Amino acid sequence: MDSKNKIEVKNLNLWYGDKPALKDNNLSVKEKRVTALIGPSGCGKSTFVRCINRMNDLIDGVRITGSVLLDGKNIYDKDVDVVALRKMVGMVFQRPNPFPMSIFDNIAYGPRIHGIKDKDTLRKIVEESLVGAALWDEVSDRLATNALDLSGGQQQRLCIARSLAVKPEVILFDEPCSALDPIATGKIEDLIHELRKKYTIVIVTHNMQQAARVSDYTGFFLLGKLLEFGKTRDIFENPKKKETEDYITGRFG
Amino acid sequence: MISKHTTDKLAKAWLWMSAILIILILLSVLGYIFVMGIGAMSVSFLLDMPKNNWREGGIFPAILGSLIVVVVAISFAGPVGVGTAVYLTEFQKEGNVSRIIRISSDALNAVPSIVFGLFGLSLFVFYLKDYTGGPSLLSAGLTLGFMVLPTIIRTSEVAMRSVPYAERMESYGLGASKLQTIRNIVLPGAVPGIATGLILSIGRAVGETAPIIFMVALNPTIPESLFGSGNTLTTQLYYLAMEGISLKVAFGTALTLMLIILILNAITRVFKKRLSRNLRRG
Repeated sequence: MDSKNKIEVKNLNLWYGDKPALKDNNLSVKEKRVTALIGPSGCGKSTFVRCINRMNDLIDGVRITGSVLLDGKNIYDKDVDVVALRKMVGMVFQRPNPFPMSIFDNIAYGPRIHGIKDKDTLRKIVEESLVGAALWDEVSDRLATNALDLSGGQQQRLCIARSLAVKPEVILFDEPCSALDPIATGKIEDLIHELRKKYTIVIVTHNMQQAARVSDYTGFFLLGKLLEFGKTRDIFENPKKKETEDYITGRFG
Repeated sequence: MISKHTTDKLAKAWLWMSAILIILILLSVLGYIFVMGIGAMSVSFLLDMPKNNWREGGIFPAILGSLIVVVVAISFAGPVGVGTAVYLTEFQKEGNVSRIIRISSDALNAVPSIVFGLFGLSLFVFYLKDYTGGPSLLSAGLTLGFMVLPTIIRTSEVAMRSVPYAERMESYGLGASKLQTIRNIVLPGAVPGIATGLILSIGRAVGETAPIIFMVALNPTIPESLFGSGNTLTTQLYYLAMEGISLKVAFGTALTLMLIILILNAITRVFKKRLSRNLRRG
């Protein structure tokens, strides 16, 4: 028995200026599952994932057609509040970018932006978020120290905790381990496995083993087009398209 | 033919001599003013009123006058300059509008200071006389504000651009609006740079004579209000020396001015150090 569709992308096209970057893509993301997007560099997978919380709005000259339904509601409708959308759909970027402030203030940034002022509430959210991101045990005694003093892997988990603090329902990961060593990567993957119980996750990665390890569903992008999509096991064991097979067997990419 | 080795030695000697010359020039200027001014310097020189046409007493009104015009200048140019920089970095896409603002600001920076004086005279002293009180400390402060505006815009712009783009994206990703991101991420990250620009501007405003020579005369009394007349350290120095009133007090004034500017420079260095530390982290 499979879960319902949390996100449905329909006929999504995107242009940077007059250069097409995404071509007529359709994809469904299941609730509380991990969906991995793989493909060679420049295939549009990061651009695609940034459409789900409208981060592409911030880039000049981007034009988008088609729809992205979140719980059945098109997020590109005129009446959609982008702020509320990004609160619901969190994002973890390629390189960890903690704000140059204390660990506590980093996590409390989102809740404060959304109007939470009460100290006890904030403290509770900070603890929950750090526990949720498997970082609490390492930093609970030094929440006041600058987040930039943490190691790279810790910084990335801090950024995950920071996303959790605004209580999202979906978390988008844009190559979250590309700047991390294998041990830190392993911790993030374990964490994604844990987060899957509560959140819908979309992860972009160019590490195929990672996609195989963490995801339930996998989509393969090539030249701006979602070429093949299915259960991760099927994609890796029985790819239907030749390009997919070539890519996952390492013949190109 | 001169060997490579000799050229090397000659070049080295020339570089060394230039460096030593710079230090010597600096030390002689500072040293001369120190030696000539220290005789007049004392606590009462700084805090007392001038007596007997500046031959006795202190220079307190000039110190107060300098302070007032600088406060006026920065209160005007600070918000306007930082605001312009926020607009340029965060709201305006690179294009014609930002180019016009930038060219205007650079041109403003190249205007000779006496021309600012003439402009201030026409605008504040004559045209806006009913609001500024004519040749007043307010007119002088506003004129200096115009003069330091480009510095504040430029330094603030550089400071805000030094805040990593990724930090803004993270902030938007958490659902922050543009204004929230500017207030919570961009401005705090830019504070050391903005502060550096403000202090540099204070130093320049304190040290300028030409822009305010038409508005501030030699005046031995405590200024009554912003709209009244007063004098500053620089204008007082000019008149004391030009009219042969007292060279000793003129040098004492010069020493006071130099000390203020040296202290401001020292503060700037502290901020710059903090700025570079921020950059390394980002």
